[in-house]
Parts: sequence; structure tokens; C-alpha cells
Amino acid sequence: MTDMKKDLVIIGGGPAGLSAAVSASREGAEDILIIERDTRLGGILNQCIHNGFGLHTFKEELTGPEYADRYIRQVEDGKIPYMLDTMVVDLAYDDGSGDKIITAMNAKDGLFTISAKAVILAMGCRERPRGALNIPGFRPSGIYSAGTAQYYVNMEGRMPGRKVVILGSGDIGLIMARRMTYEGAKVLCVAELQPYSGGLKRNIVQCLDDFGIPLLLSHTVVDIKGKKRLEGVTIAEVDENRKPIPGTEVFYECDTLLLSCGLIPENELSGKLGVRMNGVTGGAYVNESLETSVPGVYACGNVLHVHDLVDYVSGEADMAGKNAAAFILGRTGTDDGNVINIKTENGVRYSVPSVVRPALMGNTLTVRFRVGNEYRDKDLAVYLNGKQLMRLPKRVMAPGEMEQIVLVKSKVEEIIAASEAKEHEVVIRVEDKA
Amino acid sequence: MTDVAVIGAGVTGSAVARELSRYDLEIVVLEKESDVCEGTSKANSGIVHSGYDAKPGTYKARFNVEGNRLIHELSKELDFPFKENGSLVLALEEDGRAGLEELLERGRKNGVPGLRIVERDELKKMEPNVSDSAVCALYAPTGGVVCPFNMNIALAENAADNGVTFRFNTEVTSIEKKNDEEGRGYYRIETTGGHVDARIVVNAAGVYADVFHNMVSGDRIHITPRKGQYCLMDKTAGGIVSHTLFQLPTKLGKGVLVTPTVHGNLMAGPTADDVDDKEDTSTTAAGLDTVLSRGALSVVSMPRMTITSFAGLRAHEDGGDFIIGEVKDAPGFIDAAGIESPGLTAAPAIGVYIAGLIRDILKPCEKEDFIGTRKGIPSMALADEEERKALIEADPAYSHVICRCELVTEGEIRNAITRTLGATTVDGVKRRTRAGMGRCQAGFCLARTIPILAELLGKSEEEITKSGAGSYYINGNIKDEL
Amino acid sequence: MDIRELTCIRCPIGCHISVEMEEGKVVNITGNSCPRGAEYAASEVTDPVRTVTSLVRLKGGARPVVSVKTAGNVPKDRMMDVVAALKEVELEAPVHIGDVALRDVAGTGIDVVVTANA
Repeated sequence: MTDMKKDLVIIGGGPAGLSAAVSASREGAEDILIIERDTRLGGILNQCIHNGFGLHTFKEELTGPEYADRYIRQVEDGKIPYMLDTMVVDLAYDDGSGDKIITAMNAKDGLFTISAKAVILAMGCRERPRGALNIPGFRPSGIYSAGTAQYYVNMEGRMPGRKVVILGSGDIGLIMARRMTYEGAKVLCVAELQPYSGGLKRNIVQCLDDFGIPLLLSHTVVDIKGKKRLEGVTIAEVDENRKPIPGTEVFYECDTLLLSCGLIPENELSGKLGVRMNGVTGGAYVNESLETSVPGVYACGNVLHVHDLVDYVSGEADMAGKNAAAFILGRTGTDDGNVINIKTENGVRYSVPSVVRPALMGNTLTVRFRVGNEYRDKDLAVYLNGKQLMRLPKRVMAPGEMEQIVLVKSKVEEIIAASEAKEHEVVIRVEDKA
Repeated sequence: MTDVAVIGAGVTGSAVARELSRYDLEIVVLEKESDVCEGTSKANSGIVHSGYDAKPGTYKARFNVEGNRLIHELSKELDFPFKENGSLVLALEEDGRAGLEELLERGRKNGVPGLRIVERDELKKMEPNVSDSAVCALYAPTGGVVCPFNMNIALAENAADNGVTFRFNTEVTSIEKKNDEEGRGYYRIETTGGHVDARIVVNAAGVYADVFHNMVSGDRIHITPRKGQYCLMDKTAGGIVSHTLFQLPTKLGKGVLVTPTVHGNLMAGPTADDVDDKEDTSTTAAGLDTVLSRGALSVVSMPRMTITSFAGLRAHEDGGDFIIGEVKDAPGFIDAAGIESPGLTAAPAIGVYIAGLIRDILKPCEKEDFIGTRKGIPSMALADEEERKALIEADPAYSHVICRCELVTEGEIRNAITRTLGATTVDGVKRRTRAGMGRCQAGFCLARTIPILAELLGKSEEEITKSGAGSYYINGNIKDEL
Repeated sequence: MDIRELTCIRCPIGCHISVEMEEGKVVNITGNSCPRGAEYAASEVTDPVRTVTSLVRLKGGARPVVSVKTAGNVPKDRMMDVVAALKEVELEAPVHIGDVALRDVAGTGIDVVVTANA
């Protein structure tokens, strides 16, 4: 016996969870609950006070809190219930009923359980720590992930340091270079191990170039000085194998090192549920409905794979919400047994979704992916059962920018109809210009 | 006049203090850092060695085997995490068999129970991910893993609960032998926080033990800091092995170990490089590379999932053995010096032994009200449903998660700060609760831990440090310098 | 003649654009691969502007600060003047998205507005 029954529980009240809730409600799901661990809805958007959000979704440039507010208002207007300050600590599958059992806790209700017909995983992601980079040296205070510094500055109005070096040119790092400068700190440089930036071009121009902050591509931190508080870092150039080149070391005196070296989907709960994971994304392995290997459990947003734009998170979550509603209402449609596995190769690192049941896909299906290197003047080629589906010329593709293709149902069905087998394969790859 | 002054609140000093606190004595522990467990005790393998490694007849052999036996009970009495997972010394080449047999023989002489050599098939069953080049292994069922922080903390807390005074941020600068008016000897210890006079001094100062020894004795000792570097990996990698895997030393070197930690992470290390600076706990690119590449020899495939790396300094004395006992030309000055591996395992036994020496000198009464047990901080992560409910009911702060990676709540952090010898720093909270030890390495919880420390210690957030003076985090408010 | 080099930010391609200027006027734009690039380059060299996002202090709120932005673009070379002008601003909770935090910031003619409900 659980303490509560719900049709749909959405774990996480950030951009993904909010959008999923709004869409599930719009599609007719009624008994929804959003569980948010923070004191307010909006997730990480609350600390992303810079602008640049919403160009796709709302055709205007909003700040993070403003973007979140657009969705929070829809949740409030739709009277979609949510719990704040509530942490989900366990997630299990009831073999008998097919219900998902959520164990959560908060100060008011203590520890309690909810059984839900469907669950949407929308827990977001966290930052990779220093250890993941194996930066040698001492371990003083003054080394923060860029997001931690962002929280200090933007949420608490506190300065985590005064003289700053940033390692990694991910977007949060670039944004923080500007934020720290605006608030009175001196940012000495941004070092990036790769020969290209991991962030958006507009952030390099508006957060670094505008303030004369150098971006050192193919550079990394090779030593950290300071036993108590950080006293400085040594930065060296790296060769094509990303190994530091002796003799290129330069010491930067600083009291703060910000790390912006990538994000990891936060999947502790997915693991407890036994969801099949994708080793490349660190997120769940999902089908065309964004459903995981556990029936009725969907994933969207950065817990599924790390996105570059929140607009894409909202779009993806909208689809997860819609499919979860269909699942609850018994409207998922009839499968004909055809399955398309999406294989990514030759520079394409992964795709979301990984598998498509063509009978259950919409008229079109957006497949998102990232490339593993910077490519210029290449083609993006997509094949289905060996037949070329599309070939898109690309001026530039980079790991920092998410790519997407759109599969058209009618075209897909036409090709698979020619095959006797039920198993099919889409291949997405980078190729030289045709 | 204090009866006993212990220099160093590492695991050895804390074990001595805890054993001494059974007696009616005035005991003070002097520690230069801001917390217990700040030196060698915080940066080691966390291994409870079974005792086959040390040469028979040495202090290392004796206290290792005794300490291993004591830790089983002690971990229950003082409520710190310990697991007897067993250890395996891998022979990675056929000609390693002789080396294993030598270790087996040594271990038998040292009184290590249950040692035997396991052949490849059995080894593969015990450790499916063991390297294909492992020919056979020495199996030591009494090998284990412990939380080195909480073992140290538990010993110190229990000592404090029994009346021992701990003085932190108190660095010993000189020690002088003196006589009182009745002609009884004592030591005057000058510190950065005034002097302490004590009948007995216990020198448990880790890599600095030679400095203090040589202040009172003409029979000089010399300690070399031997740096050991480690990589700690994500908990999702922790399951690849269940035993602690050592490598039989080869011509390539001493080898590094690969082990699950008591908390379920995977750890590899250490390197062994002598350094000059007793404070040089920096890691190096070459060292970390060695750890991962040598560690990889033990397993089929080494996960690339490092979440943090660190270095510790072992106190290696030139003679190679622990130096334990009263210094011949300095009566009442007792060394616990050169405590390198297997020092963590040996500490409880060293504590019992040195307390015995002091009992024989001072002849104190045993306390009737000695508290033999200590309760650790409840862990929401490890608690079952009923325990979790009870904790939250008693204090709703146990429902408020501060560290998401390790599921550590505000209740646990408050407990860690307010209990006996409570945490005063972010590292102190981390070592007591594991907040910040997970895969994001405090990226999320740091900013939530600092305000709790500030509130409970009555300090400003600017005054909260990572590990004592100088290691501040916050530096004023936004726009201060515009 | 003066040549200004810049990176276009209108799309991920990031074209390197050269703008030839004469007496403060654009005479030629090269390197762009679309008209949006030319448009960006022309405005960037003659009248570069930015939206500034920052914080002001907040009294009586759940947090000590609240986020703000310039309601319109301000000249790029005035960005630091804008944030400096915000140093003395303190609002009182509750505040709402769109509330004016400071009128005509640093003489730019642009208001600074609150971007969060707090």
C-alpha cells in the first residue's frame, strides 16, 4: 500500500518537468504531480539570469527566470499540483500492477510513497568535477565548478573570488566570465583543452571578446598552486593528443579557478529503477516516444542528454508529456512490430531516440544528436536500410552545438515496406561532401 | 601540570588518547590543524591489512595483526564503517608464485589467519573482472576496508567524551625536558597557543615525529615523507571488484592496489615517491598516470571514471619499522613514529600498547564511568525505510537533502557540526558525513553547507573555510569593487 | 580606410566577417555567408549594443539579491557603467518581473527592469 496514487508523477520542476507537465495536462492527463526538490519551480533557470533563452519557443530573448516564469504561469493557470522542497529518494517498478512506486520525503509529510501509472524523469544534470579531468596539483579552496560560482553570485549575491581563471569553454564557463566581470572580478583567461570551444559562438563573442578576455584553445591547467586558498595555476599548450607541450607553461596568479568541463545527467533514480542506460549520453536509452526500457517511464531534458538550448529541452519535454498522457489514457496506438535501430557512426556520437517503432511515431520525428569533433564543409548523411534518406550539407558542426534531423513517417514506411524483416536500421554519419 | 600530552590528532594519536581515557588522567591532544584526521590519516588507502606483508618480529607485523583483530570489535563499539572484504595479492606472471609463497610463509609466522594461495580458476570466480594475466593469488580473508576518516573521528570523539581535551590550531614549536621542585621530570611544550607542561609526551606527529623526537633525544631519527597518489572513482565503478587487489611487487615496481572502498567507490593507488617537503600533498600528472596505468594491470578494464585524486604522505623512518616506546634518553617521552603502512590498521593496537606503557609509569586508577561506545552520525543513505521515517519524525531536517550525490541531509550535517569535536570546516563536514564526496564533488552542496556551518558556529560565511585559516571560500559581495 | 574584423554570432557557423569603413561609414562587407551576417556586421561596427543582465540588492526577500536586465539595448561601451550604476540600488520585496529597478540607467535612456518574482 502506498500513501498516494497518481496517474503521472514528474520528477523535477525545472524546464523539462514544467514543459512536460503543461503538455501532459493539455493532452488530457488529469491526475498529475510535479515533485521539485528546491524551494521554487524553475530549476537551474533561476540562477541563469543572463538573456538568450526563448528565441525558438517564444520568438523573443528572455532571461532564465523569465523563461521559467512563462511555464510556471501555465502550471499555475492549469492548476497542476506540485510539491516543493521534496526529494525523491527511491523509484521502483511493481511487477504486478505495472505501477511505478516513488518514495519521497519532505519536512511536512516525512517519508512517503506514491504509486503512479506513468513517471517522467526530468531531474536535469550536474557538472563534472575537477577529478574527472585529473588536474594535478594541490587541493586548496577557490576551485569551483562554474555552476557553483553562478549560484553564489546570482542567487546569494556573494563573490566566490576576485581573480579568476576559467578552465573549459562550456557555456556556463563563458557566461560566468561575463558575470564575474560585471560584478567586479578580474577574469584572466579561459583555457580550453580542445582546439575548438565547447560553447556557443555568441557566448564567446559577447562574454569574452566584449571584455577582452582571451580564449586559449588547446590549453589546459597542468598545476594548481596553494595549500589553503588557491594562489595560482599553470597553463600549458597541448599537442594534438591533448598532451601538454613542455616549455609552454605560463603561471597565472589567481585566487579562483572555475571549471566548465561538461555536464553529467543525474540518473541515480533511473539506476534504481533499472532503466537501461546509454553509455555515451549518460542518460536513459529511449524510443521514439522518449520512453525508457521500463514501460510508462519517460525521460526528457538534460537527464536524458545534455542540451545546448533550453528551447530544445522544452520541446523534447513537451513530447514526453504528450506521450505519457497517451500512455495513461490508453491512446498509445498499436504497434506493428517493426523496429528501427538508430546507429550513429563516423563522427556522430549518439542519437536520441536510439530506437524507433515506426507505427508509433508521429508524422515527423525529430532525432537529436551531437558530433564528436569539429567538422567544416561536410555532409550529414542519413540512411535507412542502406538507402539514403537525406544528405545535408553542413558548413560547420561542433560538439558544442546539438544537431537534429527530422524523419518523415511516410518516407520511412515506404522504405521499410520493401523489407521482409521487422528489424531495420537508420545510420547517421558524417561524410565528405558528395 | 597535565598528565599526558599527545602530539597529533591523527589516527595514532587519537587511538592513544582513546585508550588512555580509560584512566583517571588529565590528557590533552595538541593538533596544528583545525580538525582531527588532517594529515597522513586522511589520505591513504583505507585498507585494513591482514598482516602478511611485514617481516616477522617487527612492530609492523605485531601491531598490524593485533590491530586487524581489534578493528572488528572497535568498528561496532565506536560505530564506524568497516568491511572485511578480503584481499588478494595477484601474481601477474608465472614466476610470481614463489613470491606469493614467501608472503604466505611470512603471514603464517605473523599469525595471520586463513591465508592460502588460490589458483586461476578459483580466482576468476572470486573476481570475474580480474586481469587475464593473473596467474594465481594469495588470499587473505581477514583483509578489509575501513572509512579512515570516521575511524579517526570516532576514536577522537570517544576520547573527548571520556574527558580528553583536544586543542586544534595548536602547533608545537619546541619541547624541553624540565624537573619540578620535587625533582620529578616533566616536559614543557611550547605551542603557537601558549605552553603546556606534561609528565608524559606521546609523539604521534606523523611526518613531523622526527622533528619532535630530535628535540629531546640525542639518538636521532629521520623521517622521509613518502608521497602516495590515488584516484577515486565513481560508485558505478565500485562494483567491478569486491576484494582488495594488490600486485605482487615486480621489477616494474611495488605495484598499486585496486579496491572497492567501504562506501562502494573504486580506488586505485598509491604511488611511492620520496619528497623533501613535509607539506607537499600535491598530485602530479606522472603520478596520476602511474596510478591508472599500473592499476589497470590488475583488472580486465579500468573504468575511466575518476571523480577526485589526492596525495598523502607516509612517514617513512630510515629504519623501516615503526618506532614505538619510551625514548631511552628521554624518560616519559613516548614515540609513535614512522607510522606508515600498515599504520591505519595498527593504530588501535598501538593505542592499547602505548596506553599500557603510560599506565605502568603513572599508575593511574581506572575510571568507573568510562564510556566504551560511541554512536556515529545517522546516515539517511544507508538507513532503511523505517529508520528514515523515524529520523525525519524526530527531526524534519533529515528530510532536507543537501548533498544529492551521496544523499546527505541537513540533519546529518547539523549533527556533524554540533556533536562532540564537531566539524568547524567544510572538509570536516565532508569527512564526517560524506557531503561533497560524490560524483559532483561538492558542486551542489558546498554553497548549502557553508550557511549551515556559519549559522551553527555563529560566524559569517566569509569566515567559513575549507580546512582552517586561509582556506576561505567567500570573498565579499557582488559589486563591492565596482 | 579602416577594416574591422569580427565573428558573426547569428548562427553556429561563426563567419569571419571583414567590414571596410570609411569616415565611420560601412563601404564593404565580405566573409559573410548570408544577409543576416551583413546586417549583424553593419550594426556591430557602427552602433554595437548589448542587453546587460545583472543583480540588485533586495530587502526582505527570500534571497539577498534579485536579477535585472536593461529593458532595451545599451551601447556596448556603456556596459560597465550600467552595472556600476546598479551598485547603489536596493529594492524591497516583493518585486515582480517587469518592475522598474532603475530609470534611465547611467544616462542611456534605458530602464533597468526586474527579471524574477521575489
